[in-house]
Amino acid sequence: MYKGGRIIAGLLLFACLALMPFLINIGKAAAKPSPQVNTPFIQQLTTQTCVEPAAFMKTEHMQLLNQWRDAALRDGKTVYVNSQGQSFPISLENSCLKCHSNPQQFCNTCHTYAAVKPYCWDCHNQGGTSQ
Amino acid sequence: MWAWREVRELKILYPLLGVLALVLLAYAGVVAHLNVFFGIVVPYLAFLLFLVGFMVRVITWGRSPVPFRIPTTCGQQKSLPWIKQNRLENPSSALGVVGRMTLEVLLFRSLFRNLKTEKRGDRLAYGSAKWLWLGGLVFHWSFLIIVLRHLRLFMEPVPVLITQLGDLDSFLQIGIPLFYITDGLILAALTYLFLRRVLVPQIRYISLQADYFPLFLLLGIAASGVLMRYVWKVDIVEVKALTMSLVTLRPEVPLSIGAIFYIHLFLVSALFAYFPLSKLMHMGGVFLSPTRNMINNSRSVRHINPWNYPVQVHTYEAYEAEFRAKMKKAGLPLETE
Repeated sequence: MYKGGRIIAGLLLFACLALMPFLINIGKAAAKPSPQVNTPFIQQLTTQTCVEPAAFMKTEHMQLLNQWRDAALRDGKTVYVNSQGQSFPISLENSCLKCHSNPQQFCNTCHTYAAVKPYCWDCHNQGGTSQ
Repeated sequence: MWAWREVRELKILYPLLGVLALVLLAYAGVVAHLNVFFGIVVPYLAFLLFLVGFMVRVITWGRSPVPFRIPTTCGQQKSLPWIKQNRLENPSSALGVVGRMTLEVLLFRSLFRNLKTEKRGDRLAYGSAKWLWLGGLVFHWSFLIIVLRHLRLFMEPVPVLITQLGDLDSFLQIGIPLFYITDGLILAALTYLFLRRVLVPQIRYISLQADYFPLFLLLGIAASGVLMRYVWKVDIVEVKALTMSLVTLRPEVPLSIGAIFYIHLFLVSALFAYFPLSKLMHMGGVFLSPTRNMINNSRSVRHINPWNYPVQVHTYEAYEAEFRAKMKKAGLPLETE
């Protein structure tokens, strides 16, 4: 090889970069987050369901929250009728956080895991009491 | 109709059908519940092919002899002390070469010099043509940022720099989930690069299937990623659970995540596997460009051809010694009596 030393060194550098995700995780076992849904309020409920089915909430909750924000703040609508025809007050702090009074163990576990920074808390209080 | 000839000649149609076939294959895998194959086996295999193939290609290139300096430069060579040298365009030191290569890789300076030749009336005109440079730069930088952003799925905890990169990319705060600027840029740049190939007659003439296929593949990857983020959303926690299980070498049978994820993953795997076989190897090849990576020191350092072998020569002295008697007889002048 001509200039073999430099080419091999460059290739080793490339291999290290390409293998970085593997190298960083050597000896680590990644634990999936387990959001806690056992708050006292939820435990008292007879039917423990969210405003929409769990599968929908997992992928679409951010969209729903956005719609709720627009409905409450821009259109003045304060009641949400879900896919089963049940009504809920449109409020992050008085609906969502009433059941999920543990945003640290509920919201944040997955958001931290997936490196998502929702800007809900720019305005809202994570403690869950309405201002 | 534009480009109809190329479609008829299957230059565009075959690559397009190829990418569509890959999409259908991944979808068939989802329907048939082949999650282990498409979620674990294919990505590992594709990554292995990428890594080994990349190395083999570069080492093969490295074995080609490069005996001489190729001073194809765009600036004044190092010369007399009162002539100003262009240290970046015509470097005489390793540092200059590193500078030239770095700027080439990061900013595509060679492409920035791209010219367009036109006949204006009966005169030949040369004008600057920067659109390809801009389109290429936007595509490559967007792609790099997108790849770096994806590292959030391969690290736990996620480094602050990766999170901040995502924050910066989504700082416009458009929609939910937040719109990434690079998502829009990469689709726009790839669309431009494709339209350039079909709309400019000269470029269309020289474009091959190997040019269209990577474009369609990258468009497929970007489009499936964008659809997965904004339209047919998937459970990102399940996705990261799968990617983390892959990089910790404890692969787990992924739960059903959603067809669009498997399509995205399969197209990315196809890109990885195809990479070493294709023109995409310019990623490694740019570092081996002789006109970019060589110090122009032909006048200060003697470069000896590495495959020089000892040449049998017959010197005049030996010739005269051999034929002295005959030359003398013929009356030819002799250097030594």
